[in-house]
Amino acid sequence: MRLWLSVLAVTVISWLMKASAPLIIARRKLPASVIRMTALTAPVLLAGLIVTELGGEHWQALDWTKIAGTATAGGLCLAKVPMLLAVAGGIVVTAVIRLSLR
Amino acid sequence: MRRLAGAERRREFLLGMRMGVGPGAAAFVLALSFGAEAVARGWGVGLPVVFSMFAFSGSAQFTLLTTLAGGSAVAAVISAVLINARYLVMSVALNNSLEGGRISRAIQAQALCDASFVVAHRNNGGYDIVRLIGASVPQWVLWSSGTAVGALTSPSPDLMHQLGLDVAFPAFFLILAIDELRRSKRALTAALLGATIAAGLLFVTTPSYALLGAIAAALIGVLPQKEGDPV
Repeated sequence: MRLWLSVLAVTVISWLMKASAPLIIARRKLPASVIRMTALTAPVLLAGLIVTELGGEHWQALDWTKIAGTATAGGLCLAKVPMLLAVAGGIVVTAVIRLSLR
Repeated sequence: MRRLAGAERRREFLLGMRMGVGPGAAAFVLALSFGAEAVARGWGVGLPVVFSMFAFSGSAQFTLLTTLAGGSAVAAVISAVLINARYLVMSVALNNSLEGGRISRAIQAQALCDASFVVAHRNNGGYDIVRLIGASVPQWVLWSSGTAVGALTSPSPDLMHQLGLDVAFPAFFLILAIDELRRSKRALTAALLGATIAAGLLFVTTPSYALLGAIAAALIGVLPQKEGDPV
């Protein structure tokens, strides 16, 4: 019961957090400075996600093979390779490096 | 916000779905771990799948899974909720782009997740809600099904690591960032500041709190902007 109630609580609070602005702010106009700030949320979130995905908790997950694979995917994207193929390329490079190091 | 015409809505929805497949594939891999770990911790098969279907939030789900075992349920729930505090900021960012009445807008906001939020970002600083929902569909399906497969098969984490599947998420985020950072110098500055904050915070806290701290970099948007600069 404790487990189910915990899951229910996290689920409902997550719903409310996502719905917080439409429920509380509704259609009220926000100041221009707040709108400019919210427009920067996406690039900032992405930068943070890249760092935290590569670093892990207390930087303990830092792994050069993972960085090499990620950089490969980024390089392929810059070379106009489609997104899924670029990521697949990054995964293959990482797997090959790890296999060769075994 | 301008309301899209029917054909344009369909096009944006399909574009969102296409853009959501990649992050969805990465979510599937992560969900395998979540499902397998939940079963190993005695959650059974049904509960993790139901949790993924309804909460649709990897960071909160992993946090509850790991904190519930070692402490009180209240503390575990609070930790899991705090991990998702970034959704408060993202909800405000989306608000002007949502359509319809209050309840309808609150329901649309449930499609919010990290990758969809970025995919839906328009050049004018607003968000395309139809595209956001489209991008969340494959991610939700793959997140939920990945949890079920992980719970039923318990794949070896070593094998997934050996296959390089842990690269999927950072690779997708880097590719999305390349497009995002081309928008303006201000976006690049904010992203570099956010990356620096996250990097510093990672020394003292968990990735989710580091991510939450990084969002403070968006505050540079409060500074006045030169006329004609992109958002």
